[in-house]
Amino acid sequence: MNYLHEFWDGFESGTWVNEINVRSFIKHNYTPYDGDESFLVGPTERTLDLWNQVLELSKKEIEAGGVLDMDTKVISTITSHGPGYLDKEKEQIVGFQTDKPFKRALMPYGGIRMAEKACRDHGYELDPSVKEFFTIHRKTHNAGVFDAYTNEMRACRSSHIITGLPDAYGRGRIIGDYRRVALYGVDKLIADKIEQKATTRSAMYSKVIRDREELSEQIRALEELKKMALSYGFDISQPARNTKEAIQWLYFGYLAAVKEQNGAAMSLGRTSTFIDIYAERDLKNGTFTESEIQEMVDHFIMKLRLVKFARTPEYNSLFSGDPQWVTESIGGVAIDGRHMVTKMSYRYLHTLENLGAAPEPNLTVLWSIRLPENFKRFCAKISIETSSVQYENDDLMRFTHGDDYAIACCVSSMRIGKEMQFFGARANLAKCLLYAINGGVDEISGQQIGPEYRPITSEYLDYDEVVKKFNAMMKWLANVYVNTLNIIHYMHDKYCYEKIQMALHDKQVTRWFATGIAGLSVVADSLSAIKYAKVKVIRNDKGLAVDYEVEGDFPKYGNDDDRVDEIAHDIVHVFMGHIKKNHTYRDSIPTTSILTITSNVVYGKYTGSTPDGRKQGEAFAPGANPMHRRDTHGAIASLSSVSKLPFKDAQDGISNTFSIIPGALGKDDRIFAGDIEIDADFELDGCCCGAGACSAPTLFEGLDTQEDN
Amino acid sequence: MTGYIHSQESFGTVDGPGIRYVIFMQGCPLRCLYCHNPDTWQTRIGSEVTVEDIIRDYKKNKMFYSKGGITVSGGEPLLQIDFLTELFRTASDEGIHTCIDTSGATYNELDNEYLQKLDVLMKYTNLVMLDIKHINPAKHKELTGKDNNNILSFAKYLERKKIPLWVRHVVIPGYTDDRQDLFDLGKFIGTLHNLKALDVIPYHTLGIHKYTELGIPYRLNEVNSATKEQAQNAKQIILDGIRSSRQINVD
Repeated sequence: MNYLHEFWDGFESGTWVNEINVRSFIKHNYTPYDGDESFLVGPTERTLDLWNQVLELSKKEIEAGGVLDMDTKVISTITSHGPGYLDKEKEQIVGFQTDKPFKRALMPYGGIRMAEKACRDHGYELDPSVKEFFTIHRKTHNAGVFDAYTNEMRACRSSHIITGLPDAYGRGRIIGDYRRVALYGVDKLIADKIEQKATTRSAMYSKVIRDREELSEQIRALEELKKMALSYGFDISQPARNTKEAIQWLYFGYLAAVKEQNGAAMSLGRTSTFIDIYAERDLKNGTFTESEIQEMVDHFIMKLRLVKFARTPEYNSLFSGDPQWVTESIGGVAIDGRHMVTKMSYRYLHTLENLGAAPEPNLTVLWSIRLPENFKRFCAKISIETSSVQYENDDLMRFTHGDDYAIACCVSSMRIGKEMQFFGARANLAKCLLYAINGGVDEISGQQIGPEYRPITSEYLDYDEVVKKFNAMMKWLANVYVNTLNIIHYMHDKYCYEKIQMALHDKQVTRWFATGIAGLSVVADSLSAIKYAKVKVIRNDKGLAVDYEVEGDFPKYGNDDDRVDEIAHDIVHVFMGHIKKNHTYRDSIPTTSILTITSNVVYGKYTGSTPDGRKQGEAFAPGANPMHRRDTHGAIASLSSVSKLPFKDAQDGISNTFSIIPGALGKDDRIFAGDIEIDADFELDGCCCGAGACSAPTLFEGLDTQEDN
Repeated sequence: MTGYIHSQESFGTVDGPGIRYVIFMQGCPLRCLYCHNPDTWQTRIGSEVTVEDIIRDYKKNKMFYSKGGITVSGGEPLLQIDFLTELFRTASDEGIHTCIDTSGATYNELDNEYLQKLDVLMKYTNLVMLDIKHINPAKHKELTGKDNNNILSFAKYLERKKIPLWVRHVVIPGYTDDRQDLFDLGKFIGTLHNLKALDVIPYHTLGIHKYTELGIPYRLNEVNSATKEQAQNAKQIILDGIRSSRQINVD
């Protein structure tokens, strides 16, 4: 590649000139910003007009029962729809998933029944020809998976010992490097992919055949991307020339992805510092004013807020709302020691002031104690005002993921364009413990689901016996779970391949095999109760353990008490060990997460009473949280318990969510008499530093404000 | 040395500067009508902890407390002054910021032994948060069961000792929101040169359920929570009082 003067004038060159390497571009060109927020400007007239139009449409959508309009015949692809606008004259950044805002696209490749049900539940009827096509002529991901499932897998799925499997919908969690579209233009990316295809191995093993087929798909997707942009009047074959084009090009890349995939999390990446390089150049050259740049950012964020998918009420109840997880990662610190906060980091967060609070896009600050003080203070201010900022620990993740990673969904970190993830639901460890006690028989249905190991028959539970049997049952569960996921991801690649997102990745991609755990605190407290108190088993007339009586008190997870925190640590470590013993699809690297931030209610619903005193159907605690009302020592003790969990086993994320009533989080209205000022700003330095990729989406959330995260 | 405590809070954000480890001591000599911790009234119950227990728990998570420290609240922490002194001596040795959240009701100018003990404790105390519940002695008695002579003397004692002081005042509609009383409160605390901050807190009813659980009648059932605005207004009046007394002093 040659230095393209026409587009890159004023940029410092580096490796990025000769290869697709956005990180190198950022490293050589970004300007860290240490100042405060005083440069920010309010919304323009056009922004307010457009946003009012959005609010009006949102109101109508709610009145219509959640969906305003929906495709029932046109199958969504990158080029399936003509251009759509709110108000073409006013929009500085353009593009919708379909030909008009608030109209949800039809995406049947994940599963035709899900697509059909999403239509029907909202009062629409899927066109019969589409149904016929995807039932008879073209297989879906969902159909492929069920062709390959074993009976045991189906049984585990119905008994909910494995829950939330992405076997009927798009898996998501893949982040394309959308910045590449802006920096290089699509033609360069196509040329690069053509070269990749020309240099595959020549012996046609199935792996090589698959690579070649996928590369062809990617090239086709890039061509479609150009075509789609052209329909809006933009030729994106060449690099972006300025801030406006950079945002627009980048957004087209993302838009292509959400036209093609209805994924469980469709994250944006880490774009603010990248865009800032263009903004700095334009401000310097007088191309745009601050107000014009903020307007572009406001319109861009507005578009991200309007990403919508057709989903079923069941799906929404699993995820507690209708989340898209358009996660954007902001800030962090570079490997060379400079922080990565730029003016654009401020502008992104400032949209929460210009447009008002919103759960999407999921603005996530990569927190480090080395972020500039002004920025920390600004984040705190925005958090207090809007409750819409998520924080994650960059100091911890930078070690393993470098300085160009982004968060997919809520906490999964990946190097952008270099790593992707096979998302994998949760293994319900609380139910697994009950299977250990009942010899593989489900405590609710009474059916033999797990292996017919010998059940526990004693009146009181013995710690060593339970741990031994639990270990064996976890080994079985890990095996079924991993193999279920192997089938799912094989079929997803085959029938619902994310071609535009993968086109914005390197040729050699590291794949994470992301398993998950639900019910950790239930199991930790149960084992603690068995060890430190006495747990009596209540059996039904068939001899099945269905309830437990706890006699005496026991240490509870979440109070910084090593006696039980060690049990929690060991559960994660041992389960992860069992996971690793299994073959994983496409040489992916197993990891796990403990972050059922929303689906903990559903998991609890299908799980019988547990030895910690939790009754059948009661919700689990979210993620790695202590069980509700059992942490009596406050948030730091709770975080401290969580921080003892082994991050190396659970690199995909550990969450501890907590809410605080506004008044309990320091005071901004304490008056200091005389001239003496005491710094009463609450400080954030510690908040995530102990606790893995501890996500705290509701950390500063007022109980009176609603947030969907 | 052991003390009786009601509970700990590892993430205290309203009881002193920064994030603090807060220990709620058991036992209180006052019976404030609006108390939201009636479960801390009784002495010699609760869990018995050692100074080492507290310091160990604190140090485990000390990275969170870099701008904070330890606050001892209650209950009335000064009821267990020997324990408190031992705790603060150890904390000071460790470089931990120490703060007492007190009503000052145990202060007694005539008790020499007590004063000597207090002198020692103050050597290790970085901040006192003094809750002045009412400036008028009679109304104070009505509200808390005791008059406020000792409490106001304690405030003056702290000034002589040059111990940084935060004054707290709870605004209870119909009880502590009289204009003249608030102004007088300001006039009084305006004379205290160790005053660093004023915290005016609206009365809330979040503690009422504890009364039900404890089987104690709640005597302010008729009173509504105070609004932020009411607290804000009260604060302005107190500030006016402070200003007037400081001008007088300048003159």
